[in-house]
Amino acid sequence: MTSGATSTTVLSENDISRALTRIAHEILERNKGGTDLVLLGIPTRGAPLARRLGERILDAEGRPEAPLAELVGTLDITMHRDDLRRNPTRALEPTRIPPVGLDEKVVVLVDDVLYSGRTIRAALDAISDLGRPRAVQLAVLVDRGHRELPIRADYIGKNLPTSRSERVSVRLTELDGSDSVVLSS
Amino acid sequence: MTSYLIRAASVLGGERTDLYLADGVIAALGPDAAAAAPRGDGGSAVEVVEIDASTLIALPGLVDLHTHLREPGREDAETVASGTRAAAVGGFTCVHAMANTDPVADTAGVVEQVWRLGQDAGWAQVRPVGAVTVGLRGEQLAELGAMADSAAAVRVFSDDGMCVHDPVLMRRALEYVKAFDGVVAQHAQEPRLTAGALMHEGVVSAALGLTGWPAVAEEAIIARDVLLAEHVGSRVHICHLSTAGSVDIIRWAKARGIDVTAEVTPHHLVLTDEAVRGYDPQFKVNPPLRTAADVAAVRAGLADGTIDIVATDHAPHPDEDKDCEFAAAAMGMTGLETALSVVVEAMVNNPDHDFGWADVARTMSAAPAAIGRVSEQGRPLEVGEPANLVLVDPEATWTVDPPALRTASSNTPFAQRELPARVVATFWRGAATVLDGAPREALRERAGAGA
Amino acid sequence: MRHLLSAGDLSRAEAVEILDTTSTMAATQSREIKKLPALRGLTVVNLFFEDSTRTRISFEAAAKRLSADVINFSAKGSSVSKGESLKDTALTLAAMGADAVVIRHQASGAPHRLATSGWIRTPVVNAGDGMHQHPTQALLDAFTMRRHLVGGGEGGDGVGEDLTGAKVVIVGDVLHSRVARSNVDLLHTLGAHVTLVAPPTLLPVGVDTWPCAVSYDLDASIADVRPDAIMMLRVQRERMSSAGGGFFPSPMEYSRRYGLDGTRLAALPEHCVVMHPGPMNRGLEISAKAADSPRSTIVEQVANGVAVRMAVLYLLLAGGTPTEGSR
Repeated sequence: MTSGATSTTVLSENDISRALTRIAHEILERNKGGTDLVLLGIPTRGAPLARRLGERILDAEGRPEAPLAELVGTLDITMHRDDLRRNPTRALEPTRIPPVGLDEKVVVLVDDVLYSGRTIRAALDAISDLGRPRAVQLAVLVDRGHRELPIRADYIGKNLPTSRSERVSVRLTELDGSDSVVLSS
Repeated sequence: MTSYLIRAASVLGGERTDLYLADGVIAALGPDAAAAAPRGDGGSAVEVVEIDASTLIALPGLVDLHTHLREPGREDAETVASGTRAAAVGGFTCVHAMANTDPVADTAGVVEQVWRLGQDAGWAQVRPVGAVTVGLRGEQLAELGAMADSAAAVRVFSDDGMCVHDPVLMRRALEYVKAFDGVVAQHAQEPRLTAGALMHEGVVSAALGLTGWPAVAEEAIIARDVLLAEHVGSRVHICHLSTAGSVDIIRWAKARGIDVTAEVTPHHLVLTDEAVRGYDPQFKVNPPLRTAADVAAVRAGLADGTIDIVATDHAPHPDEDKDCEFAAAAMGMTGLETALSVVVEAMVNNPDHDFGWADVARTMSAAPAAIGRVSEQGRPLEVGEPANLVLVDPEATWTVDPPALRTASSNTPFAQRELPARVVATFWRGAATVLDGAPREALRERAGAGA
Repeated sequence: MRHLLSAGDLSRAEAVEILDTTSTMAATQSREIKKLPALRGLTVVNLFFEDSTRTRISFEAAAKRLSADVINFSAKGSSVSKGESLKDTALTLAAMGADAVVIRHQASGAPHRLATSGWIRTPVVNAGDGMHQHPTQALLDAFTMRRHLVGGGEGGDGVGEDLTGAKVVIVGDVLHSRVARSNVDLLHTLGAHVTLVAPPTLLPVGVDTWPCAVSYDLDASIADVRPDAIMMLRVQRERMSSAGGGFFPSPMEYSRRYGLDGTRLAALPEHCVVMHPGPMNRGLEISAKAADSPRSTIVEQVANGVAVRMAVLYLLLAGGTPTEGSR
């Protein structure tokens, strides 16, 4: 996946697990429980991260048997991107909203890396087509800086100062066979 | 008057010999030729041009029995002058100008006009074809006798483009032309079976959704006409035969003793309906390109003599009639400048057939001249014969570049295709119409001035 | 995929990608806000040389729901006599800044000419050409079949699946039908088994080389094939007249031999869906009973048509070539 001259593992499997557990607790703490929460993962890698966060939240609340699908969904933002014409088409991923809908909910968007902020802007547009949440928050595993829009994350697994020429690769067991975050240049 | 001493040409691909052309005839052959040519001492009025033909083949000037010169009426596509110049570059010294002009060549006046335009142009002998029926409408015989008796001395009659489909009218035409040794050249296409037809009916037409032109529409008319010709004791000529079934019918008819001749076009010798898959109107032609099996059959028929001649069916069209949807496009393709090369590729260079340069001379010169009753063309290259001949470089290859062709239209199906053999020089009535592969404009001007 | 000219040009992967994208598009169409911003600022031209209100409004709805601007250009009657106008029309559209052209034309191959002649450089979508192809119809038919016959996956649309093993009988005027040609191509690519049923006069010469079975007998086909889907093609009444080609003796005889009447409807397997590309001739190729039965997908096909066309426009216009194996 990476062909750079140097690559450094910045988060191990354990680091990722700890970061997610911490974020799950921060979400519960800030929102005073999980009752009005909806987690929306942004495909590709935001989707499994959202599921993991959802499992941790249900565990922390002591109801691990509750259906995950009522808490966690996915939000494909491809059609809301403003750079569709510049980047090759990506096959559309499903958008799946929990049956309760988004109206008056607290939506936590979940993505792997926060970079320019354009993906999140597109996600905000996509959400507005789907309903009217009471609040929208953002959880990311890695914030690598270089924002191009006035967007910030509410929950961050790791702040990772990078240069634009560097590349951050998030690997997750569900898609890539193992968990790691690698910085390569 | 310029005369020509051609050195060491291979006559019909055989032995090398010198030929001396003077006063419109082959004046001397072999060792006598150089001796017959006057010395270039300045004392003679005759200018002798010597041509090294030691890598070239000499053939009698080619004769096309099927050319659309488009004049009068469609001078935007071709004129007699531009078409015959293209013919000369292709090695032809005689072309038969088809009758589907506007006005139709169905009167002595029109055929004489075309004949005279040919004379004036001076590139090749133009033999007008007369229409069989008035206006090609297939209803009433045109004045065939008047055309035969005119200065154009028409001997070939055809409604080409349209089929003489009325059997009674066809019978009358076959009978009537016997009076002046004429021949009816039939465009064999049953009209009801081909209504709206755009391409060969078969696997490709089924996939492309283009209305099909079934082989039987050609074969049924040929079968009828050979039987009619037998019944009334006439000769009949079949234009642009294109199917395996047609070859079988002609073979059967000849075995039976029927006086039938048949032609195949160069494009039907090499192209198939697969070429239409891209909907490129350059491959739209009538009769349509057929299947690979048909191509094999017409090649075999040409090789064994069932098919007598190759005729170009040179059909120029302006760009706007081809740069459009397939259904809206005109039918036809140019052929005068590519015919010889295509025949060399399909037949001479093809190890499957025993087809040599003598067969080229037979099928592209002697036989078409005989069918058209053109006494001065298609003659053997012998002393005293008219100096109509062509020098061909058999080893040359060239790439067809439509704008570079001399025809006024660019609708060739062979664009960017590499073809073998190139015409180096063409002599008509002793004068060079083409030298070094290029037409001699100056000659044309002299001829025009002298006319 | 640069253009969509023929269903036969699609690989299995491309076809499944279009169907999967259609599934996503269809999901957005049940939302309150149906409009998506994906093609904002782009202009789609509907170039219709042949009347077809249904297909035109379907493409128009698809483009508008993706936020594209739509220009409808009806050029009926100004074309075939002299093909020049297709070229000139194309040059005009290019000059006006069209980003994609949807073309319907009575001449087979006209979309192909438009796409390959160098007149314009935009993507071309074939919305039906002569007797040749109608690829978006085949795609919407395949999408409808997949939803009913395969199911599963996100939204129950059979996402990621093809139609392997599905048995489809297509009945009617195959000779003149671009729908039949497109469906045979696409269904074969997707792994379905197709049987064409028609009177011999309404089958093209060369049909034996198509990747499908051919029968002249509808009752035997229903009994032997046990189809999962049966598609009735529109038959034009004028085809029976001598001037129209005299393809069959009378509408009554056609209907008796090849129409989907109540008896044949009852003979179909329980799960078999009844399809028709529309517009229907009730009482000729399909009885009202069959058209209005619960197993009929005819209205659903229309809805799926919008989603399929959204998917096609999206995939052609949003960026470059689709990524391979992106799931």
